[in-house]
Amino acid sequence: MALLEVKNLGISFGGLQAVSGLDLTVESGHLYGLIGPNGAGKTTAFNMLTGMYQPTEGTITFDGVNITGKDPEYISKAGIARTFQNIRLFSAMSVLDNVKVGMHNRVTYGMFDGVFRTKKYHQKEAEMNEKAQKLLDVFGIGEKADYAASQLPYGQQRKLEICRALASDPKLLLLDEPAAGMNPNETAELMETVRKVRDEFGIAILLIEHDMKFVMGICEDITVLEYGKIIAHGDPQTVANDPEVIKAYLGGDDD
Amino acid sequence: MAKKKKMSKSARTYLTSFLLVAIFYGAVEAIRLSGNLSSKAAGLLIPVCAYIMMAISLNLVVGFLGELSLGHAAFMSAGAFVGVFFYNTAGASLPRWLAVVLAFLIGGLAAGIFGMIVGVPVLRLSGDYLAIVTLAFGEILKNVLNSLYIGVDSAGVHFSLKDQFSLNMEPTGKVLMKGAMGITGIKKFSYFSVGILLIVLTLLFVLNLMNSRAGRAITAIRDDDIAAKSVGINLTRYKLMAFVSSAVIAGFAGVLYALNFASLVAKKFDYNLSINILVMVVLGGMGSIPGAIVAAIVLTVLPELLRGFSQYRMFIYSIVLIVMMLFNRAPAFVAWRQRLGLKIRNKKDGSGVSSGNAKKEG
Repeated sequence: MALLEVKNLGISFGGLQAVSGLDLTVESGHLYGLIGPNGAGKTTAFNMLTGMYQPTEGTITFDGVNITGKDPEYISKAGIARTFQNIRLFSAMSVLDNVKVGMHNRVTYGMFDGVFRTKKYHQKEAEMNEKAQKLLDVFGIGEKADYAASQLPYGQQRKLEICRALASDPKLLLLDEPAAGMNPNETAELMETVRKVRDEFGIAILLIEHDMKFVMGICEDITVLEYGKIIAHGDPQTVANDPEVIKAYLGGDDD
Repeated sequence: MAKKKKMSKSARTYLTSFLLVAIFYGAVEAIRLSGNLSSKAAGLLIPVCAYIMMAISLNLVVGFLGELSLGHAAFMSAGAFVGVFFYNTAGASLPRWLAVVLAFLIGGLAAGIFGMIVGVPVLRLSGDYLAIVTLAFGEILKNVLNSLYIGVDSAGVHFSLKDQFSLNMEPTGKVLMKGAMGITGIKKFSYFSVGILLIVLTLLFVLNLMNSRAGRAITAIRDDDIAAKSVGINLTRYKLMAFVSSAVIAGFAGVLYALNFASLVAKKFDYNLSINILVMVVLGGMGSIPGAIVAAIVLTVLPELLRGFSQYRMFIYSIVLIVMMLFNRAPAFVAWRQRLGLKIRNKKDGSGVSSGNAKKEG
């Protein structure tokens, strides 16, 4: 059974139908792309998958459980993590602490343990520090663990956000335009990183991206949205040659 | 290499905070031993301790959680009245130490319950609602306490919000709370060392909390609540944790403050006090515990020192406020302070320019 199964998902804000009839199937260990022109409803779809928005129709089944309309806390615990289009880090906190916040529901101890510095506190903190440092090392930003997150250059902030998402041990990682604002070198490096994440962590990745080279280069399966509806779906080759997709991106005769 | 050389940020905060308290305590005791502590200054000691606790606890809400509270004095007031009411009634028949301990616990608990009452509905929302509601709560509580009469006689306890005669008590009855006159006849319990002990406990609680999983969640909510939500943090839970903890500490501070005087009136815990405490937090640097301690001491002692200037007093006070604000925030001053810090550090290391540059990059 598929890891994530989305059926006929839709949402409307007042009279505006932002997304409708969205179907997605995600299998473990694969890379998926969600593309489409600006305003097609890609981020809205992410927001529904992570519980930020309540879908008005359709179902989301994750790992055999119906998670439609659950809150973000539940969905994060279930194993879906995400990054954001405009980077959202805890900017005043240290790089290491950002990752540790990502582990919030994975390595836990209570307020009492924290205030009274019990044995459990020391054990769990040590565990967190080790895990977080390892994750940062994988992404090559381990040396900057003590920096404030806002002090990192842009590319590394993107990486840190992925680190934080991975810290929650997700089964599915949603990346919202990970290559936005990156130069070609950084993008190439990021492609490597994303592949590495998939291979080393054995998780499924669904990403939104406008950089076609990026998407065509690493995604095995692509879904194209326009005006909230799926207009094409398949492997990169099929999608790239689909007349509907070409029309959506390049414009066509509207008669 | 970096780890070896400089202490972690949290360790530095612990050290400076406790050092500051130790210096404050040492300085006061030294002056006292030398016989130079005027009775006026001695009377200020407990209020200073209480305000330090207030500033640290408000910092939890304003500095770390990033929510604005304009009624922190109300929680102090709730703790003070409930704690002292107990101390004066049930506590009178208990051994003194037990009565004091229980008064603190009950006062803190009462303030915590009020914190829940205010926090549960409001902290579910995001936005400036907390500021509005705490502001109103402070005024309501002050006015209710200001007109509350409580008396007891053989028939039981009597309440009134009108006046003493409306209590309808037997002539032998005893009035426990007299509206605007508040609670009188408090058997004072004012020891500077108890105040210091409470500050130390407050510091341990707040610093340990902020350097733990819960504290990180609270700071994460301040920095970006959407991202905090996305990693599975229960926003309401951690907002409440910070807010109620802060209220409980304010309650303790209230009991400490009230036991320092023979009578307790609600008027003292007004809007001005809430704002003064907020000013301490802002001046000390939001989220900085050592800053809050220094600001609380300076801003409590300063107006008293300036009494000699009579009509210029508040004028000078406001100028000092502005200068402190500039010193803390203005970019030119901040840069100057950093340069100064580097110079001092370099002299201490003796390693000269190289380490200075390394620090600058970091």
